[in-house]
Amino acid sequence: MLNKKNMLMTIVFALIALVLPLVINAPYQQHILILVLIWATIGTAWNLLSGYAGQVSFGHAAFFGVGAYSAGILTLHYSLSPWWGLILGPVMSMLIALPIGAIAFRLRGPYFALATLALGEIFRLVFLNMTEFTNGAKGILIMPSITSKIIYYYAGLGMLAVTLLVTYLIVHSKIGYYLVSIREDQDAATSLGIPTTLYKNLALLPSAFFTGLAGAFYMNYVAFIDPNIVFNLTNISIMVILVVMLGGVATTWGPTIGAALYIIMGELFRTTLGSANVLVFGVLVCLIIMFLPNGIAGELDIIKRIAQRKKAGLSGGV
Amino acid sequence: MSIFETRGITKRFGGLTAVNDLTFTVNKGEIFGIIGPNGSGKTTVFNMISRFFPITAGEIYFNDKRIDTLPAHEICKIGIGRTFQVVKPLRRMTVQENVMAGAFLRTGSISKARQKAEEIINFCNLENYKFRASKGLPIPLRKRLEIARALATEPQLLLLDETCAGLNPKESEAAIELIRRIRDTGITIIIIEHIMKVMMGISDRILAINFGKEIAMGKPQEVANHPEVIKAYLGEAYA
Ligand SMILES: Nc1ncnc2c1ncn2[C@@H]1O[C@H](COP(=O)(O)OP(=O)(O)OP(=O)(O)O)[C@@H](O)[C@H]1O
Ligand SMILES: [Mg+2]
Repeated sequence: MLNKKNMLMTIVFALIALVLPLVINAPYQQHILILVLIWATIGTAWNLLSGYAGQVSFGHAAFFGVGAYSAGILTLHYSLSPWWGLILGPVMSMLIALPIGAIAFRLRGPYFALATLALGEIFRLVFLNMTEFTNGAKGILIMPSITSKIIYYYAGLGMLAVTLLVTYLIVHSKIGYYLVSIREDQDAATSLGIPTTLYKNLALLPSAFFTGLAGAFYMNYVAFIDPNIVFNLTNISIMVILVVMLGGVATTWGPTIGAALYIIMGELFRTTLGSANVLVFGVLVCLIIMFLPNGIAGELDIIKRIAQRKKAGLSGGV
Repeated sequence: MSIFETRGITKRFGGLTAVNDLTFTVNKGEIFGIIGPNGSGKTTVFNMISRFFPITAGEIYFNDKRIDTLPAHEICKIGIGRTFQVVKPLRRMTVQENVMAGAFLRTGSISKARQKAEEIINFCNLENYKFRASKGLPIPLRKRLEIARALATEPQLLLLDETCAGLNPKESEAAIELIRRIRDTGITIIIIEHIMKVMMGISDRILAINFGKEIAMGKPQEVANHPEVIKAYLGEAYA
């Protein structure tokens, strides 16, 4: 429900996001902010499929990588601007999602997760070995036409805003109710006349689309990709899961909050703790997930609801 | 006038024949009871009707149309709702959201679905629990929610699987009253129940099965006094 308070919060967030790069103007810090925007986008996209619809994907690197390579290959083979990748990338990601949905959604429970896990790895290996088309392990390097961080920041912010808006509209429509129903009990959902496979695909396709968009944007911004970077299991597929868990699964702002925390904490640790950073960071993420199992946004939601219920004098429930 | 019909439906799980050549007809507006001892195949009949698995043999008709080849989600769309013996609440959704999930079958609009849910929730006397997460509800309310959710899909035929099981006499009295009110709105009901007294009082006709086969069919009194039924329930010595 979009009540007045939520609306106000969204406006405040948006204003902060708009002025942030004017306040924080060191290129390194702006770089961190841009990474946050990219990860918030991937997280929001993953959240639609895995958080709301409950179809946990361990293979979002496939969509991210295909988006990134779409932009890269346009430049490499067709001498087109990689910015066209922002259109081609998401479309290609959706195209590869179609057969995946058709096959993997027949599988229930852990099999879907395993299928997507295999998927990301298959793409990595294929892109490593199709050297004529992809440059293989050498990767693709492009000359960025724009170097100003501010422009990337606002483009990334636009990308995240669109992703948040579209997922919000989906989640708060009939489709959203159906997705959550499928997550909560697939048999019950079927008994209510919900065509579960169709609706899972309605979550998968936009999820793939926006992850592909983030991939294409990443290529434009970083200007170098290779299969081990963009199809990476730990650094993409698993990381997006951690980002969303940290922020709050199946919440509007969870992925964005999670991305900000994850990226900024990760950078702080990397610059201050030297080689112990991965360990300390890993332990901290585990602790947060253990003690705040609903993520930051999820826990805030619960506290808010309890407070509202107390005010309304209602009892019980979650 | 018949609304629903099965012709020789059979379901085999490997070597086990759970439902064996069952033929019966349900009339529009009636409450049709199915009884039988544990494991006699009652729930399997519901799962066959709602197409949770394909049937091994036979045919099923609803409003004179063959339906045993439709996919599971279509069954609800054409007007057959069901509840589950082992309740399946949409756990982290509230009572209201559960019922809305059913209402969305006939509307794409959130406000219409909410309004429909509101009516159904009141009809089922669940108004005090509207905003409770369904997983925290006690069993009698969860059973009631199963019915409410199915009603929201606007069924012509409702399949109720042991909605009184595990309820105390007072609660089951209330459940029976609800079932009667549902029938009074014109919805045809097939009901499975273990408690003979419940079935005797509420059913227009009863089908008794054992080992997946029909052993008796007719008015409640006839079925209750049928020697095969007494034998199935009480053992050889009482027949
Ligand atoms: N999916 C299944 N796979 C294999 N066997 C099954 C399956 N479903 C039911 N059965 C078997 O079919 C038989 C009939 O089961 P069913 O659940 O229909 O009985 P029931 O009459 O509903 O029993 P109860 O009164 O205990 O609910 C049982 O022997 C059961 O073990
Ligand atoms: Mg049963």
